[in-house]
Amino acid sequence: MPGLGASFGRGAATNYQQDLANSDCVLFMGSNMAEAHPVGFRWPLKAQARGAKLIHVDPRFTRTSAMCDVFVPIRVGSDIAFLGGLINYVLTHERHFAEFVLAYTNAATIVEDEFRDTEDLGGVFSGYDPKGREYEPAKGGWGYQGSEAEGKARKGGTTAHPTGYRQRKAGGGSHGMHGYGLMGGASSHGQPRKNATDVPGGCHRDETLQHPKCAFQLLKKHYARYTPEAVAEVCGCAPEQVVRVAELLCQNSGRDRTGMIVYAVGWTQHTTGVQIIRAAGILQLLLGNVGRPGGGVMAMRGHASIQGSTDIPTLYDLLPGYLPQPAADKGHENLDEYVGHEGLPTGYWANTKKFVVSLMKAWYGEAATARNHYRWKWLPRIDRDYSQLPFFRDMAQGKVKGYFLLGQNPAGGGPNAGLHREGLRNLDWLVVMDWFLTDSANFWKDAPDGPPPQGVKTEVFFFPAAAAPEKEGSFTNTQRLLQWHDKALDPPGDCRSDAWLVYNLGKKLKALYRGSRKAKDQSLLHLTWDYEFDEPPHLPDGTPSLIAGEPDVSKVLQEINGHSLTETDPSTGKPKLLSGFAELKDDGTTACGCWIYSGVFPAYGRNRARDRERTDNPVEPDWGWAWPHNRRVMYNRCSADPDGKPWSERKKLLWWDEQQHKWVGPDQPDFPPDTPPHYRPPPDATGMDAIGGAAPFIMKPDGLGWLFAPGPAKDGPFPTHYEPVESPVGNLFYPRQPDSPTTRYFEGPLNRIAHRPTPEYPVVACTFRLTEHYLSGPMSRFNSWLNELQPEMFVELSPELAADRGIEHGGWLVVRSPRGAIEARAMVTRRLRPLRVQGQTVHQIGIPFHWGYAGETVGAVANDLTSLVADPNVSMHEGKVFVCQVTAGRLDGPAPRRPTEPFAPWPTRAAVPDTPRAAQPEGHLT
Amino acid sequence: MIPLAVLTDIAAELPNAFPPRRTPVPDADADEVMGFFTDATLCIGCKACEVACKQWNQLPADGLEFTGYSYDNTKHLGATTWRHVAFKEKITPDFGKWLMVSDVCKHCAAAPCQQSCPTGSIVYNEFGSVYVQPDICNGCGYCVVACPFGVIDRSMIDGHAHKCTLCFDRQTEGMEPACAKSCPTDSIQFGPIKQLRERARERVERLHEQGRADAYLYGADSVGDYGPLHSFFLLEDHPHEYNLPVAPPQPLRNQAPRYAAGLAVGAALAAVAAFVFGRAARAAP
Amino acid sequence: MFGLPLLPNRRPPQPYSRQTEQKGSRLRGATLTKSVCPYCAVGCGMNVYTKGGTLIDIEGNPDSPINEGTLCPKGANSFQLAVNPHRQKFALHRKPFADRWERVPLDWALNRVAERVKEARDEGFRQKNEKGVVLNHVTTIGTLGGATLDNEENYLIKKLFSAGLGVVSVENQARI
Repeated sequence: MPGLGASFGRGAATNYQQDLANSDCVLFMGSNMAEAHPVGFRWPLKAQARGAKLIHVDPRFTRTSAMCDVFVPIRVGSDIAFLGGLINYVLTHERHFAEFVLAYTNAATIVEDEFRDTEDLGGVFSGYDPKGREYEPAKGGWGYQGSEAEGKARKGGTTAHPTGYRQRKAGGGSHGMHGYGLMGGASSHGQPRKNATDVPGGCHRDETLQHPKCAFQLLKKHYARYTPEAVAEVCGCAPEQVVRVAELLCQNSGRDRTGMIVYAVGWTQHTTGVQIIRAAGILQLLLGNVGRPGGGVMAMRGHASIQGSTDIPTLYDLLPGYLPQPAADKGHENLDEYVGHEGLPTGYWANTKKFVVSLMKAWYGEAATARNHYRWKWLPRIDRDYSQLPFFRDMAQGKVKGYFLLGQNPAGGGPNAGLHREGLRNLDWLVVMDWFLTDSANFWKDAPDGPPPQGVKTEVFFFPAAAAPEKEGSFTNTQRLLQWHDKALDPPGDCRSDAWLVYNLGKKLKALYRGSRKAKDQSLLHLTWDYEFDEPPHLPDGTPSLIAGEPDVSKVLQEINGHSLTETDPSTGKPKLLSGFAELKDDGTTACGCWIYSGVFPAYGRNRARDRERTDNPVEPDWGWAWPHNRRVMYNRCSADPDGKPWSERKKLLWWDEQQHKWVGPDQPDFPPDTPPHYRPPPDATGMDAIGGAAPFIMKPDGLGWLFAPGPAKDGPFPTHYEPVESPVGNLFYPRQPDSPTTRYFEGPLNRIAHRPTPEYPVVACTFRLTEHYLSGPMSRFNSWLNELQPEMFVELSPELAADRGIEHGGWLVVRSPRGAIEARAMVTRRLRPLRVQGQTVHQIGIPFHWGYAGETVGAVANDLTSLVADPNVSMHEGKVFVCQVTAGRLDGPAPRRPTEPFAPWPTRAAVPDTPRAAQPEGHLT
Repeated sequence: MIPLAVLTDIAAELPNAFPPRRTPVPDADADEVMGFFTDATLCIGCKACEVACKQWNQLPADGLEFTGYSYDNTKHLGATTWRHVAFKEKITPDFGKWLMVSDVCKHCAAAPCQQSCPTGSIVYNEFGSVYVQPDICNGCGYCVVACPFGVIDRSMIDGHAHKCTLCFDRQTEGMEPACAKSCPTDSIQFGPIKQLRERARERVERLHEQGRADAYLYGADSVGDYGPLHSFFLLEDHPHEYNLPVAPPQPLRNQAPRYAAGLAVGAALAAVAAFVFGRAARAAP
Repeated sequence: MFGLPLLPNRRPPQPYSRQTEQKGSRLRGATLTKSVCPYCAVGCGMNVYTKGGTLIDIEGNPDSPINEGTLCPKGANSFQLAVNPHRQKFALHRKPFADRWERVPLDWALNRVAERVKEARDEGFRQKNEKGVVLNHVTTIGTLGGATLDNEENYLIKKLFSAGLGVVSVENQARI
């Protein structure tokens, strides 16, 4: 999520889904919203009914395209070129929202003299180290001119840079920087203020936007060559289509109108994904579409709690609340160094120490004291990239002993799934918790490419999981909204919640280690681990729950929310729960498991994730609870002009009320609630005092939206068009630099890459999701009601390609990539068509990624074709684009796969209990 | 000895054979008659209606067949598929249209299935919808051939005829049918049919204003031999493209001429017989 | 001559069977529980109905401002996620090189996993690297999962494996 973080400050969708209905123009790109998020798509259709324009830019004509007013087909992986074309159009025709851009973005900020653009250096920015394939922003002059830290290394920084831009290096190479900096630039991107000027940030500015090194002019220069004609050449569309889309966006932006951009994994699963999203952020900042109703960038996440699982991360390099996992280097050795390193003097990150100390108190309880630095040393350190992709490579090499798969299916869903299966075969033991025997649970016996079971050493444990209605807890949806789901009934048999497994495993391990005096065991022995129910839990129908050992997860959410260690709640006698992160302390008197979620459980019996009240307020503040602090539109200070008045009546959301001396409006202000619009920070102000009254992006040290991003994106301050790692054409813009210079490769015999265009693999492939299935299939291919809707693996291709290869509609075809080959039925359709790119014809195919070898329907694993490469920011693979060859016929070799489960037309034929025959389901009346 | 259970079963069935009383139902054009308005311009082809219907009614999945008809793999309505989403790709060089619509029983005001049912199984219920009483149906199949929309079908599982009930059971509790409730884009709307027709006409007007001149209603007024259907559609292309009949015939319409023709043939045969046998009789000695 | 309507709009009383007369909804008398869809991140509100200790229906929650009672086909199918003949209801164990699963008691499986974790951790724990910099980590164990789990479950996973055991590779597929 640094794509959004680098532009705005937080890596999350800026607005809420229902707000799409308030939009005047919606651009869907990298998102097939009608198919992947059908219910969310209800809102743009409401906008369309009012007259809003819907635009879909996509390689395939999909069910989303069918509903949109404009559809533009582009080549997979050419998104930055297209967006660059839009940015260029806005700048060349001076269609940007001038007042907004000047006041709320860093357009006027002047960048260091040493900075050189890709235009100057043939496709790389200054500061590039070709050997390490990474940038050193410090050397490249990516910082601002005139910032306070100039010439002064801050304590704790290992390679401090004059502008405060510090690149931290961990031993053993770069590690995926998923988190730090996500929320505005902790770690490396401080631009502390120098003087008390009347502009936020205090750096050198040119209010006329004419200085050649100001962000605005740099941006203009960077995108000058992205003309409609050049873009069309790269994307394979017509120049008029670029202009048409740009015009629609421009016409629907400004004081009175707003447009929204919607993306999903069609943007993220690229080695340039972070930069594609950055480009959207730049475009929206230029058009003034941030922090306003119907504006912003809507990230459509793929899983029920994918936002939640980065907020409270099950990620190797993050601690809860986007704090970086400590690294094995000097800058993180003790707590104060870490805080000095990762905090920022201005903006909200000035509170970093409060977040960290409260987290350590939540985890280690009384064992964490100021004297022992709150047991900071107990946290494991990272010394390289331990994300899924490199870790499975290690696994395949036999370096990993044991692994837990909790509702995950890498044997079917992992990029280069064959390598993932090889990894599982080389484990000593594997724990799988799921509802069904998935591809990953059965990899040792059903994988078509593996040896017979007698040749697989892995010991496998399968724990049957509870379904969602059989447990309680909260999901964080795509709009940062925490929603609690109640438990309706007990799970059957030995099925248990994942919380049950982890909680009881923790208890068993604590027992196994009991009495140990070894230093390494103290973190476990002192881990706070008490989530017992106060009273035996009951089900909603009043009967007692029969599941023993289930943890009380509302206590877990209370711990996440945080509590005081000095005050008690008068009604219960328990520690007082915190009302929000403003109450956090850095002296060890508060405990809080995830600071950004603080406020979700402000009092006993008051779980705000469980709020289900409707009001006449359009943002619905009492339905669930959104982080941060229940704000539904982030950066909503932008919805008022610098003087605090709404830009227009039609688009008002938040404004300054002089009488009440505070910000008012339907939404919670994402801003200090009583900082007036004309407040200018005094010299040497720190923390939130350093954010001026017209600086809406409070997670940014200068309070501004970043057109030019000195960080945290590791692959450059401006999005630049690079070809995907595998592409049938060269880079028209920068011939010497075809792919992104910072892409990380993990090559090997199981992971071959076609680096250059090759006649062996002339076709471009794109994977995609169908409405009727889910991910690699564990939640859909065991369900007959879904299977009958899409019963078989297929590949979509154009009639032209089919004719060329002698492939018949409905017949079989084989797709080969450098990693593997699959067979599938052919779906020959005009929804795909060949594109003219740089003078040559490029064919594209679409491959759904839902099938595998376990389930009621089985089929080829699309991910057997994808590669294991990683973007430098978040170790994201490039599942959305790779090259292949397509031929008619079937694969040689083993017989066709058979389903591992028989077709079960009915879920159950048992009668509904306590119900007369006349009220039984009609399907049972037969 | 006949087991007691069988006797009680027979006793329980007896009132069905001779309904002791008949239930009053609303007239075809009454205000309380409920129906569906299915708007193809809002259909995203997600098939939520199909699954919601199967879930609520606990109907079985029909089987696994990759048809290649665009994204349609359930093919048509049937005894165990009461909502069906049809797909038609009409893609031109400038990328035309991908038509989608959710088909369903039309709950005709003068339903041929109901007219053809010899057992009284098919009735109008108190919401004005056509309902097959599964405990009465004997599986004769007359209704299957009578329906010009290809809606009703006989199940191979129990041999009885089944189709959409307009969620009769839900309506008794004031709940809307499962498909309409689930539809993410409100392409399927449920309500008093008169109100729906008004709403649909407004929608067509608005679409025309927005430049979508092809939008029109199918079945809101008469179509083919039928008066207004209780489940009608907003389409943007020829009905054929959505797999709907352009002029659905009413089988009953043929009944009188066929009876007349039958009578005429009978009379003619009788005349011929009279003539032949009369002559023969006369010729007899 | 044979113009329509052949039948008058007036409808005679209909011959209802006793079952039809008693027609009703199975939700009468059911317990309603508020839930959230476990599939994608739209976050649709759900109404879960149970009766006699069994799940009898799941549909959209009309109060939710996000989905207003609607669901997609996957959401509408979520009844079949829980009530499904393919669903595994007991703990299974596959020994190294074995060709079949064996049903095992839940507690046995958990104990065995705990022992294996301890074994791997004790063997693989590294307190410092070659340069003497603190690591306190284990890189021979890993976890993958999270994006379809509850926040509370993710929190427990991160807390136990990372803060408790020192496992570094705690991962899920959420990335950008």
